[in-house]
Amino acid sequence: MNIAVLIKQTPDTAELPKISVEEARSGELRATMVLNPWDEFAVEEAIDLSDRFGCETTAVSMGRAGETDALKHALAMGVENALLVDEEVASGGDEWAAADALAAAVTRVGEEGDVELVLTGKMSVDGNSGVIYAGVACKLGWDLLVNVTRIVDIADGKLIAEQAFEGGQETVEVPMPVVISVAKEINEPRYPSFMGIRKASRAAIPVLGSADIHVAASSTARWTDLEKPEVEQVQVRIIEGDSVEEKAARLADVLMAEKVI
Amino acid sequence: MASSSDLLYTEEHNLVRKMAYDFTRNEVMPIIAEHDRNHSFPHELLPRMAQLGFLGICLPACYGGAGMDFLSLGIVSEALEYGDSSVRETVAVHLALHALPIFQWGTEEQKRTFLPGLAAGDHIACFGLTEPGAGSDVAALQARAQRQGGEYILSGEKMWITLADVADRFLVFAKTQPDQGARGISAFILERGWKGLATGTLEGKMGVRASNTGWINMQEVRVPAEYRLGQEGEGFKIAMSCLDNARFGVAAGSVGIIRACIDESVKYALQRKTFGKPIAEHQLIQQMIAQMQQDLDIGELLVWKAGTLKNQGVRNTRETSMAKWFCTEAARRAADNAVQIHGAYGYSDEYNVERHLRNTKSAVIYEGTSQIHTLMQAAYTLGMREDRPLRCPMPAYDPDAWQ
Repeated sequence: MNIAVLIKQTPDTAELPKISVEEARSGELRATMVLNPWDEFAVEEAIDLSDRFGCETTAVSMGRAGETDALKHALAMGVENALLVDEEVASGGDEWAAADALAAAVTRVGEEGDVELVLTGKMSVDGNSGVIYAGVACKLGWDLLVNVTRIVDIADGKLIAEQAFEGGQETVEVPMPVVISVAKEINEPRYPSFMGIRKASRAAIPVLGSADIHVAASSTARWTDLEKPEVEQVQVRIIEGDSVEEKAARLADVLMAEKVI
Repeated sequence: MASSSDLLYTEEHNLVRKMAYDFTRNEVMPIIAEHDRNHSFPHELLPRMAQLGFLGICLPACYGGAGMDFLSLGIVSEALEYGDSSVRETVAVHLALHALPIFQWGTEEQKRTFLPGLAAGDHIACFGLTEPGAGSDVAALQARAQRQGGEYILSGEKMWITLADVADRFLVFAKTQPDQGARGISAFILERGWKGLATGTLEGKMGVRASNTGWINMQEVRVPAEYRLGQEGEGFKIAMSCLDNARFGVAAGSVGIIRACIDESVKYALQRKTFGKPIAEHQLIQQMIAQMQQDLDIGELLVWKAGTLKNQGVRNTRETSMAKWFCTEAARRAADNAVQIHGAYGYSDEYNVERHLRNTKSAVIYEGTSQIHTLMQAAYTLGMREDRPLRCPMPAYDPDAWQ
């Protein structure tokens, strides 16, 4: 059984506010690019499942040619293979087109039909759509589990997992193949090892282009405008009072008036 | 703007940099201010650092190490000291001042006996050279080692020893031929638990409070002859070669401090307003920021130069001394300016910069004071000092053999 982990290369979260509209529009970001933090949990889970069940793991990412930092990070963590999908295959497309391209890439991992599990994070820190994995499941015609906090077992062509929802948790069993988005509670991502770093730095990552993947021009959503929100002007108010109790009472009144509490 | 990471380092180095900085930001920085405040050693970090391979990063894999090069050691040192000097010091002392000397000067049997446990973190090691009355003047040390059959009997006192009360392995220097000055010094590996060996912690330090600094007392400690490192009388050369290793880490770590001071100062200067505008728009603030950046750029190059020479197996005492001298003084300047930029807030431990300032004062003292390095550089330039070949030079980095 193969596991495909869908990952995205995103700007370092700390640098997101510095990105200009022009950079976002052109895609030429002057930021440190990293493995999307939500996807780190998926990578960790893939490595753990590989240890538990003897699966082969492949990280798949869509991006510009040469944008391999996130894939190398996944390799350094311990994923066995990496595959880059040239974003030109879904040029001008929306999330649906991206899902189409990634679903097609999943079918190219390992032997045909060998991938039975797709893992990914719940969203990307830049796009924030959180729908790509649903599109991938739809395109592949596979079941979808979201917000998974634990993969309990894989046996007899079925996968048992725990999912969290508002105020509770449920255990579900699904036939494989299946697409899973993981929650951050599922594990603690490991740091890359030196051995993994050596392997990653020497890896030649294959690229799938438009000659390998055909994506139907099916975009229904497009950007009509792009702007950054106004920077909030924060004001500081010092709550005065003769005693700590009086200050606290006045602070509580203000917070209630502002509907904070 | 091309960064030095892109120009000077390989993709492998940059992956190491990201991993080490992630570790510092996630594991070190959240806890270190409290340890500094309490003068406590962050024992909880040692297993994580060992697991990641930091404790044996530039030891060959056949001795249990990670098989990385000396530039990687510099990168990890920089990243750790971005968080706090004390954590970088642990790697410097354990690896550069204990494990690497065994790798350089030890017999094959000693390497196979001692190095795997050190690389795995099963043993934590330190370096005992300085004495109450002998610091920069190494030849004045008073510890004695007398041969009796297959053993040496060691007596003496070591002072200002990093990890003295944490380590269970000690590389100490004592005179086997007291009348021969520096040529009469020999090096020995000691183990905690041996009769006559005691350690303690020194209190009241100005900085590096999250590191353990202490003393080692030896009262007729019986040391098997096979625990002597190098030949009799070779201790001074071994000690000096150790400093070539450790000073490199100190220099690289100081680059981390400068980087931390820049990051914190830029963030603060852009937020803090006086006279109706961010203080970053005041020219005297800009002058301090520019000075820090200049020092960072120079420091990075000096560290890279020394590390590259180490990788090539070229004697680098002068270049490493220059890097240590410049970078520690530059880090002290950067921390001083960072506190100044932060104003009264910088004077409190609410911000990291006052901790960096206290830490940098020790860095211009240990591993050779700035005055010692000044004299060394003058002597090299005036033709009054020349490094002779060592019996056991540090091997050049060999990626195939080491991995």
